[in-house]
Amino acid sequence: MQLIEKISERLEGDAYCRHFERRADSETLVINLGPQHPSTHGVLRIVAELDGEYVIRAEPVLGYIHRMHEKMGEVKSWWGFMPNMGRLDYLHAMAWNQAYICAVEKLAGIQVSERGEYLRTIAVELNRISSHLLWWGAYLLDLGAFTPIMYAFEDREILMDLLQQPTGQRLTYCYFRFGGVYADMTPATLAGIRDFVPYLRKRFPMYRDLVTGNYILRKRIEDIGVIDKDMCRRYGATGPVCRGSGINYDTRRNEPYSIYDRFDFDIPVYDTGCGMARYMVRFEEMEQSLRIVEQCLDQIDKSDGKHVAPKSPKPNYKAPAGEAYQAVEGSKGKIGVYVASDGKKNPYRVKLRSPSFCNLSLYAELAKGTLLPDALQILGSIDLVIPEIDR
Amino acid sequence: MSEVLKSLPVELIQLVVGLICLAALVGASAVLLVWMERKVAGHFQRRPGPFEVGPHGLLQTVADAAKLIGKQLATPRGADKILYWAAPFIAFLPVFVVMLPIPWGETLMALDVDLGLLLILAFSGMGVISLCLAGWGSNNKYGMLGAARAVSQSVAYEIPLLLSVLPIVFMTGSLSLSLVASVQGTWPWDWLVVRQPLAFFIYFVCAVAETNRAPFDLPEGESELTAGFHTEYSGMGFGLFFLAEYANMVVVSAVATTLFLGAWHGPGSDLLGGAVGVLWFMAKVVFLIFVMMWFRWTFPRVRFDQLLNIAWKWLIPLALINLLITAVLIPLWR
Amino acid sequence: MNAICKVKEVVTGMWSLVVGMRVTGQNFVRPQFTVHYPRKTEGLDWEGFRGHPMLVAKPKDPTKPKCIACMLCVTSCPSGCIKVVKAKAPAPSEEEMKAYEEAKAKAEAEGQEAPKPPKGKAPKEPGKWVVNYTMCSQCGTCAEVCPVKSITYSKQVNQAGYSRKDFDAIDCLALLREQAGQAATAEKDA
Repeated sequence: MQLIEKISERLEGDAYCRHFERRADSETLVINLGPQHPSTHGVLRIVAELDGEYVIRAEPVLGYIHRMHEKMGEVKSWWGFMPNMGRLDYLHAMAWNQAYICAVEKLAGIQVSERGEYLRTIAVELNRISSHLLWWGAYLLDLGAFTPIMYAFEDREILMDLLQQPTGQRLTYCYFRFGGVYADMTPATLAGIRDFVPYLRKRFPMYRDLVTGNYILRKRIEDIGVIDKDMCRRYGATGPVCRGSGINYDTRRNEPYSIYDRFDFDIPVYDTGCGMARYMVRFEEMEQSLRIVEQCLDQIDKSDGKHVAPKSPKPNYKAPAGEAYQAVEGSKGKIGVYVASDGKKNPYRVKLRSPSFCNLSLYAELAKGTLLPDALQILGSIDLVIPEIDR
Repeated sequence: MSEVLKSLPVELIQLVVGLICLAALVGASAVLLVWMERKVAGHFQRRPGPFEVGPHGLLQTVADAAKLIGKQLATPRGADKILYWAAPFIAFLPVFVVMLPIPWGETLMALDVDLGLLLILAFSGMGVISLCLAGWGSNNKYGMLGAARAVSQSVAYEIPLLLSVLPIVFMTGSLSLSLVASVQGTWPWDWLVVRQPLAFFIYFVCAVAETNRAPFDLPEGESELTAGFHTEYSGMGFGLFFLAEYANMVVVSAVATTLFLGAWHGPGSDLLGGAVGVLWFMAKVVFLIFVMMWFRWTFPRVRFDQLLNIAWKWLIPLALINLLITAVLIPLWR
Repeated sequence: MNAICKVKEVVTGMWSLVVGMRVTGQNFVRPQFTVHYPRKTEGLDWEGFRGHPMLVAKPKDPTKPKCIACMLCVTSCPSGCIKVVKAKAPAPSEEEMKAYEEAKAKAEAEGQEAPKPPKGKAPKEPGKWVVNYTMCSQCGTCAEVCPVKSITYSKQVNQAGYSRKDFDAIDCLALLREQAGQAATAEKDA
């Protein structure tokens, strides 16, 4: 009996909790939010010190889904590393695909066919819409509204069915290839996408009525979790987090890549920096993505080439020596992939810059002094995908 | 034997038979309400809800209850055993008492006392103790947080509840529910809701908050505190809390129906010896419960301090103003 | 003024709640989005569905795959989940053995080097073609790289099994023979 009690005493809380508790007041409560969480965040653990309902300190603990992708980059071949890119941010897998493939194309000077570029853009923007829809549903689920996630999943279902024809996958896409994409989209798929655009535009007023204008939601989100420009710059927050705080930075405009300069779309920027600003930025980004998709559909028939460039690399490809970095705009922020090669059949180094990691790093400072429900709502509004953080 | 039975007062027999019927009603209503909640939730979200177990999922609750009964009754280490296991019973038992004075039909009630309303309000306050004991006895930080929230929420919303019911008492001059029911007429414009709409609104909001339903369900806030005050309960302990919540919903809707929506009155309520009146009562209760479910599946949660603000800054002043107006207007009317 | 603004804000807020309830109410009466699979399957589109990798049969001989055992799929699979073993050469026939023995005896008698033993020509086909589906990432590389287009993807959407053994060594040659047998019996019945 005594031995068992002694052991259980020593196992009270793990190393992180004990380290955290060293600086804690005796009056406060130290709790773990996660890693098993009823919210749909993923395996994120936050150790928080609470004084009643107020959060005094909050520290995220990472590593529960660390799968050594960067090590796999050194062990797998150039072609073989592609499926890993779909598993990082599985909600916007196409953007990670694009970052890696474009980095290698930059390194080796591989040409991309024009039709391939249009297909890539359609896929990335549709994927962005589905990522934002899921964020929206999950955010409201955190706040206690159980229906909007179901409506969001209805729309995502249509998108996933459309993207299943060219890619063969529903979530962890591996669609991009060196010089183009895996397969062309059939006329039926393109017609389906063309029908989807007005369908989703019709759904937005319903979402606005149900959620955005809702008094309870506005009271919970407005003026809470204000991230100012200085905090964004210090932590390197990108994507809707920085655009919701007034910083007009979008990688598609500021560091142009692919064929985004051919399209006419706006970058929504809001000044207030609160949860509502980030919410509205993402909502409007969905509308802008629809505009880009429409323009792509109009221009794709005039593009030449097939879905992949002729003489594009085969699976046993070896990139020439050198290094390259490519940044793309993912739904969470700026995705960066750095590849270094020494001419062998495996990359020498693949470094993955994930936006959620930098966005999460400002949470410890942001959550100080907030109420516990607010702290969790702020976490939802930053839009994190934990597999991307832990890689 | 029959002499003993004859010497017993009629009210006692009525009470005992009533209690047995009410126990059956509580069980049946819990089963039906859980099914209804899941189906209603499904249809709001454009999906079917339970469909496989029984036709259209009717036996789903029975299957769930069988599963809950079969689970291990685990007590967490360090929990206060007496308090921990007393809490579900304290949550569940007052429900029977509270259901006694409700007039289900013109002559159909278990206990016809002059102080029916007082009985209901007094015993529904006992639910607060059970929340407190559950959270404290669990030896769990989430449980304590959830219990603290639940207790402050329940206590804060008791006051506007009482204040919104008082105008009805003023108007009818009695605390007896059967009298309040008989004062109202057959058609909707004869019901008391027309004369006290604000009181009905305040009462309904407080009722939703007292039963810990969304948008006021922060104590059991699933996405924040795992399950609030009933995190550590498994099996039948959780089942009893669950049953108590649904039974409380029925009680609160039944009281609202009696006081505001004309109880068993409705076109044709005299037919079949009052049986149609009972059906009208049930229909109104089910309608109010449906509205509560509608709220749950539409609105996000109200934050805790905002919740208390609503009670103190809006509902209590409004209820007091309503009371004042009623108190001034009644002598003028007479 | 402040109090009036506040009251106005609350009233518009309450109205927004009613509007939200109307939206859910409208969705309550609309038909369901769910398809009651497997009782109903209309509206479900499985084009492009990718199951586990499968071999494509030769048009003239449905029990044999088009595969030439070039091992390109094995080397390019990112997860290394395909295992291919080339078919062995068949044992030499009796006449060949007799001819070899005679030639050997003749060479020994004349003091020349003994001729090499007869070796059958290994056919260009796989003797074993197994895929470990538990490691497959469904990237599409194997079908893309096969020079004779011998790999396709299973269209069986409701594949299920009781243990890992049902998935970690899918014998595609056996599957092919099963399919050929089913096709043959279907033709016989028709």
